[in-house]
Amino acid sequence: MADIRNNFVGIKSPNPFWLASAPPTDKAYNVERAFKAGWGGVVWKTLGEEGPPVVNVNGPRYGAIWGADRRLLGLNNIELITDRDLYTNLREMKEVKKNWPDRAIVASIMVPCEEQAWKAILPLVEETEVDGIELNFGCPHGMSERGMGSAVGQVPEYIEMVVRWCKQYTRMPVITKLTPNISDIRHPARAAKRGGTDAVSLINTISSIVSVDLDTFSPNPSVGGKGSHGGYCGPAVKPIALNMVAEIARDPETYGLPISGIGGITTWRDAAEFLALGAGNVQVCTAAMTYGFKIVQEMITGLSDWMDEKGHRSLDDIICRAVPNVTDWQYLNLNYIAKAHIDQDACIKCGRCHIACEDTSHQAITSMVDGVRHFEVMEEECVGCNLCVNVCPVENCITMEALPAGELDRRTGKVVDPTYANWTQHPNNPMARQAAE
Amino acid sequence: MERLGNGPKAGIEAGRLTAADYEANFADLHPRLDRHEALVESDRCYFCYDAPCMTACPTSIDIPLFIRQIQTGNPIGSAKTIFDQNILGGMCARVCPTETLCEQACVRNTAEDKPVEIGRLQRYSTDIAMEQGRQFYSRKAPTGKTIAVVGAGPAGLAAAHRLAMHGHSVVVLEAREKAGGLNEYGIATYKAVDDFAAREVDYVTAIGGIEIRNGQALGRDFSLSDLTAQYDAVFLGMGLAGVNGLGIEGESLTGVEDAVDFIAALRQAKDKSVLPVGRRVVVLGGGMTAIDAAIQSKLLGAEEVTICYRRGKENMNASPYEQDLATANGVIIRHWLAPKSIIGKDGPNGAHVAGIEVEYTAMRDGRLIGTGETGVIAADQIFKAIGQTFSASGLGALQFEKGKIVVDPEGRTSIEGVWAGGDCIGTGEDLTVSAVAQGRDAAESIAKALAAAAQPATAVA
Repeated sequence: MADIRNNFVGIKSPNPFWLASAPPTDKAYNVERAFKAGWGGVVWKTLGEEGPPVVNVNGPRYGAIWGADRRLLGLNNIELITDRDLYTNLREMKEVKKNWPDRAIVASIMVPCEEQAWKAILPLVEETEVDGIELNFGCPHGMSERGMGSAVGQVPEYIEMVVRWCKQYTRMPVITKLTPNISDIRHPARAAKRGGTDAVSLINTISSIVSVDLDTFSPNPSVGGKGSHGGYCGPAVKPIALNMVAEIARDPETYGLPISGIGGITTWRDAAEFLALGAGNVQVCTAAMTYGFKIVQEMITGLSDWMDEKGHRSLDDIICRAVPNVTDWQYLNLNYIAKAHIDQDACIKCGRCHIACEDTSHQAITSMVDGVRHFEVMEEECVGCNLCVNVCPVENCITMEALPAGELDRRTGKVVDPTYANWTQHPNNPMARQAAE
Repeated sequence: MERLGNGPKAGIEAGRLTAADYEANFADLHPRLDRHEALVESDRCYFCYDAPCMTACPTSIDIPLFIRQIQTGNPIGSAKTIFDQNILGGMCARVCPTETLCEQACVRNTAEDKPVEIGRLQRYSTDIAMEQGRQFYSRKAPTGKTIAVVGAGPAGLAAAHRLAMHGHSVVVLEAREKAGGLNEYGIATYKAVDDFAAREVDYVTAIGGIEIRNGQALGRDFSLSDLTAQYDAVFLGMGLAGVNGLGIEGESLTGVEDAVDFIAALRQAKDKSVLPVGRRVVVLGGGMTAIDAAIQSKLLGAEEVTICYRRGKENMNASPYEQDLATANGVIIRHWLAPKSIIGKDGPNGAHVAGIEVEYTAMRDGRLIGTGETGVIAADQIFKAIGQTFSASGLGALQFEKGKIVVDPEGRTSIEGVWAGGDCIGTGEDLTVSAVAQGRDAAESIAKALAAAAQPATAVA
């Protein structure tokens, strides 16, 4: 039986599945239910400074996009940080932590970008005996207009400064939550590291408008006929998050910095992919908001069963395993040649591979052979682009098969070269020519 | 009245059920999908390239496109896609044997043995457009030409609509009291409820330029030569008025009836409780008519309904789906039984049916033979559903083959200026949808011929 216990910057939890700072972790009632369902930890919904709490809109806070059968693919929100009194939250956090000592509780914090504000709140949080803090430098809506959230996360110097204050004023582990609304995620990550952060967590939500009501011409969610950009999350953002996690994991300056992976994690597979790309644990929100807390049971069993099947004994066996395989385009092997292959027994003859290739790619798939509807790859035309695989509705019906070294590539008329050769060495690359001269 | 214990009344009786039973039994077989159901189902369409469903449709409706239009919340656009190819798309959505046409070709069958429900999706959008009274077509400038259409069934209506689109005037001559043909008189009641056939006729003729004259029968009230003399072109779209007989002893006994008459009476009766049905019913035949008569006998309260078919299950013209529908309604289907004689019994109103003697059959050397072994099935009503024939007079020298009108691929008959389509032609498939395709295509051919004739001589180089 695989050991999926998690130790993230010294914070221990029975599994690597935490609920992200968001509505599901707003109060003791929800968090207790989450722990009962099996979640390993929670990041308590973001606390603001002492005083009258923020107010939320009283109309809709969420918008969404859907896939087939109205499966929720992306969620957008304009909700602010907790709108409950600071001391109510602190009291509940302390109580829940006492009741659930084996689970992780991390406090998310967002206060103005002033030393005094952070210095004031940190001892209050520390007193609750929760396990750590997460600095919310991510929320792209509402609070950012007031100089907080992503307004801080978009300025590396501010990140470094605030992290430094936190490390100065608390003994608790500091996790810095990053916004993806920035051109290069490595810069804020490096700044957090320079400030002394114990870890980063990412991604926060992406600035977005999910849709427009074509009757009223109001963006959704519509608050009295007007809309504001929100933060986008859910399965649709996972690829963006995976890339950003990997970028930090393989950056020489931040290499080894613990990462809590966030962004569209819905199943154990999503979680395993984040771990493989360098996350030390994962945080989940949209999947819980869509299906309820019970999904963690699928995640725990799925991850554990897969690890057993593959012989991975602990999370350390899988964390970062894919990181060495992430590289720059210029280092990809140009002598690797693959061709699509259609399994005729699995083919249902929908023809989508043909029309995709015919209309938009390389005219490499037949539609008719000897007067019969038949879809087959013409290797002499196939560049191995993988589009047919992606549009085929039947899993594993079309596969990409590598041509072995020594075999003839019927498209180019050349024999597959067994050696590795990339763009940096290619004769068409002007930079490569210069180097040779 | 003879009674057996407390069981149902013997003989052919009306009012076997409660009012609630009648209502439930003759309600819509497949109610229209609601919006959510339509969205879920339309999501399943793969939008295939050169879609097999479209190829399988006799009217070549662009099925992937109309389903995608439903999926994107555009049922009106979807309905137009359907009507562009098939102006009777509403009825076809109800009565097409989709399980042997579009839905049989659906690639989802290969994927998971469950096709996209194309027929029900088609009904969804056509119903919405028709209920909103959305007309998608207008007439071109009047041509001054008038075309006679014989028969206001699917072929005639499709032809009339397409001719009207081209700016021609159309006079439809219909022998029966109501227009619609088999849609009005020949469809099982639960497949098209609420006067749908009549509403569809109104929808089709709303384009204008179409005059329907009822009670006008070819051979009785006019002849083909009258029409060719009076009109610029003629389209013949008659159905099959003749019914095959059994040619066995007892066929004239009270209680032996044609299934088509029974089905027509059911369609026309507002109150089903006035329709008599036997306690024990035997239906002879293996096609859709047999199935429709058998199921509706059961729905009218017959205690025991048996279909006797002289060949095997695989030979039945009724699709497996229709056969299953019959058995699900409690009909017993017996194969390899041929009628030998009908057994009568004297009663207060003369001799009536008491049963049927059947002979077991088998295939020997590729021929169907009687085995000599016989049996008797008790019955007080017997429906004949062993095929219909084309019987028409007043057609003059029109060329026939195997009892049907000979046409070329455009629907032209042997007489110049006369086109034909639907069940009366040799290539007819006894399907509403095929009749629509033939009527539509013949109309295009007529329009083309009239346009060519109208060209000034100088244009002919």
